[in-house]
Amino acid sequence: MEIRWNWLKSGVVLATVFLIAVILVKPIGVSTQFVIFDGMVWNLFSEDVVSEDPSSKSGYASNNEYLNKSGGKYAKNIENPINYGFLFVFAMIGGGLISSKLQKSKISVDDKESPKVFRESGHSKRYVVTFIGGALVLFGARLAGGCTSGHMMSGMMQTSLSGYLFAFGTFAAAIPVAIFFYRNSSKGVA
Amino acid sequence: MTIILALAIGGLFGFVLHRVGAGNPQNLINMLRLQDLHLAKVILFAIGSSSLVLFVLLATGLINESHISIKAAYSGVIFGGLIFGIGFAIAGYCPGTCLVGFGGGRKDALFFVLGGLVGAIIFTLSYSWINSTFPSLFEGIAGGKTTIADTGIEKFGGMMDSIPALAVAAVIAVVFMLGAWKLPKSINI
Repeated sequence: MEIRWNWLKSGVVLATVFLIAVILVKPIGVSTQFVIFDGMVWNLFSEDVVSEDPSSKSGYASNNEYLNKSGGKYAKNIENPINYGFLFVFAMIGGGLISSKLQKSKISVDDKESPKVFRESGHSKRYVVTFIGGALVLFGARLAGGCTSGHMMSGMMQTSLSGYLFAFGTFAAAIPVAIFFYRNSSKGVA
Repeated sequence: MTIILALAIGGLFGFVLHRVGAGNPQNLINMLRLQDLHLAKVILFAIGSSSLVLFVLLATGLINESHISIKAAYSGVIFGGLIFGIGFAIAGYCPGTCLVGFGGGRKDALFFVLGGLVGAIIFTLSYSWINSTFPSLFEGIAGGKTTIADTGIEKFGGMMDSIPALAVAAVIAVVFMLGAWKLPKSINI
């Protein structure tokens, strides 16, 4: 089992991190960077995904309508990988790695592949389920314009209406689906 | 400097998400099944307390207003949330926590990331069609970039701009923090 801080300590420290981010730079957000990564890969194989365009607000434009949105902001980040948002998500992987290396108790080999609740559920093919889950989550996050970090935490911290709408939509679907999908798993706090 | 801040804050965020248990899909799935509300308590308390501090900083002018960034509200936010929720429920990861889980050695998290990259490119390629077929999905609700407690920043609307923002934020913060405190560890259904 991994270390898990109690809820109060967890809440206070998490709040502090979100505040540090908005005080020093801007609110935390993650899901946009999946689009930026895709755009970088696409850009390797195509000449005209991103081009310089002095008439756009960012100085860059794209022939894809989504990447060209907001004055070519995404197009600019695709062309310049060393930017705040993109490095931020890679640093998050490092943060998870450091936290796990600094704790004595390790996760089991079984848990690395699939959590206990999934193994008990009677479902197989955890990797297929997570792959499909990932596709739904990022498609939904891009349609919504943000994810748990950007909409729910950063958004609701600023009391954004959009953050509340996103949280409503997410939990309205996620709670019944989780209860149904994992109905054969054991109940109660593990 | 931007690079240092990205690595420092991103690294800290990843570390903290891992320590609160958000990198473990077991904790997220059992929260959504209402069997282990640890993370719900964490999120409620974090939103409430950070919101209160942020609005104190805004009221006293101690924060650079250009750092405040409000996302637009439109019906696509709710529909996107519903699709997001289905994937979130079956996988137990979200776009940030999968990175932390992967960093912590979870192999299933990598498949979530790969699926996420596919979902993101499908959206990128279909955006033009979605936007032209369902333009009302992206029409602003209540002015779009709107907050409940007025930030005092002109480009963002405030839904309760006749009441002092700090009072509104304080009420919301108390509700969230009390909710975090009173929420039971699990709900039997």
